[in-house]
Amino acid sequence: MSLEEFKNRNIGKQNYVKLDLEHTPQTPLGRFSRVVRRTLKGELFVGLYVTLREMINALFRGEMHTVKYPLEKLPISPRYRAIHDMLRLLESGHYRCIGCGLCEKICISNCIRMDTRYDENQRKEVSEYTINFGRCIFCGYCAEVCPELAIVHGGRYETASEQRASFSIFEDMLTPVDALKQQKEYDGFGAVSPNADENIKKTPLAY
Amino acid sequence: MEVTVLPEVTWLGVVIKAVIILAIISAIAGFGTYLERKVLAFMQRRLGPMHVGPYGLLQILADGIKLFTKEDIVPQNANKLIFQVAPAITAATAFIALSAVPVFPDFTIPEFIPLLGGTFVPSMAADLNIGVLFILGMMAAGLYGPLLAGMAQANKWGILGSARTAIQFLSYEVVTGLSILAPIMLVGSLSLIEFNDYQAGGIGSWMMWQQPVALILFLIAGFAETNRTPFDLLEHEAEVVSGYATEYSGMRWGMFFIGEYANMITISVLAAVIFAGGYNDLGFLAGWFVIILKIAFFFFLMLWVRAAWPHVRPDQLMWLCWKVLMPIAVINVVITGFVMMA
Repeated sequence: MSLEEFKNRNIGKQNYVKLDLEHTPQTPLGRFSRVVRRTLKGELFVGLYVTLREMINALFRGEMHTVKYPLEKLPISPRYRAIHDMLRLLESGHYRCIGCGLCEKICISNCIRMDTRYDENQRKEVSEYTINFGRCIFCGYCAEVCPELAIVHGGRYETASEQRASFSIFEDMLTPVDALKQQKEYDGFGAVSPNADENIKKTPLAY
Repeated sequence: MEVTVLPEVTWLGVVIKAVIILAIISAIAGFGTYLERKVLAFMQRRLGPMHVGPYGLLQILADGIKLFTKEDIVPQNANKLIFQVAPAITAATAFIALSAVPVFPDFTIPEFIPLLGGTFVPSMAADLNIGVLFILGMMAAGLYGPLLAGMAQANKWGILGSARTAIQFLSYEVVTGLSILAPIMLVGSLSLIEFNDYQAGGIGSWMMWQQPVALILFLIAGFAETNRTPFDLLEHEAEVVSGYATEYSGMRWGMFFIGEYANMITISVLAAVIFAGGYNDLGFLAGWFVIILKIAFFFFLMLWVRAAWPHVRPDQLMWLCWKVLMPIAVINVVITGFVMMA
């Protein structure tokens, strides 16, 4: 789309098709002829044809819409924002979170709470990390702001649970160590775009 | 009303026949609800009932258990007697109408069965010489059920429902009679068996080729009579909550529906016998199979129409019946008369 087109905000007036609606006939003969015309138009049979066609399509051509939900599930978009996942580094298996606290800072509903401390190697360690899913609005800012792609949104949308604290502790969201192979890189909001390399520009030396 | 009972038909045979009609048609009516839900679902590309039994076949059973065990509530200010009797009127008249319809072929109970052995069971419980009139009259009387039910329940939606019943009743009844008059003139009898024999000469002799207008009018009036979709004014949920059935629950509510589905079957049988060749053999197909196919087709047509068409307003129904269909029916009768005289 060119800029010209984009700037034209006057949309909706160009492509209108004026329907040729007839006026209500005033004479008895006119009314009668309209009844006859409408009666013999065959639109009712078009309706019958459409429903029968849909039935045949559904039964014999596999165009049934129903997903038997608990047994079948539709694939969801990688950009879907459900319960968060905490990812691990693929090489070492250590969690990616560096304890910078940006997610806690940016969270607009103040539902992330984290505590960090220095471990024996003087490395930041997450000692406490919870998300209050009663407050979380799944805006995705935490995933977007995370410099390490450590907190991302997963696809876990069935969030009924017995306790409010379910799903929301760091260990619950963290990829299990034995499932590290199955850990998928996040494609959604805040992830590195597929053409990220092309978009990198050299900083001008004269800067 | 004169009932001409064939000599070999005993009262025992008639009673057995009545029990058979009652048992089998109720079961088919229950199965009809399943079929309706399935067909409507397929037409909307859904699956319909799937979880009770294979392909949801036992859904009727689940519905039946629900209906039977549900509490039967009679509203405080309702006219209790009429409120309780009204569903029975709908169901009973539907089955009484079926008593004059040839539902299954004649048979004799085998001798080895104790007590009942050797009893001749006729194809219809009452072989009336005015069969068509009796059936239509009985089905028309069935609308007293909704009418009384709506007025007895002290509920405004119910009143609206019964007002609409009255409108519907006033509208279609003329058309039913007049539309069927022309075939009656051709056959010269009101007996359904005569109708059947008149069309014995294969597909070409079916009444629908001679009387296409009458078939269409009869179907329209039949849809109104069974309050099926283009004319389902009595209990249209989007407009009058549930119309005459608003205050009903449990088995009384279920009886209205058994009556409605029995009426659908009756109308299908009538259309098949009067217009579509009845139970005559068709080529290599046996008569009983052919008529089941025809009845199934007309039943399916009702479901099909329900999936496809919107319904009309009460005043539109009245306009349609009195100003359009009735004149057409009268003209049809007159033309038929001229053709017969010529």
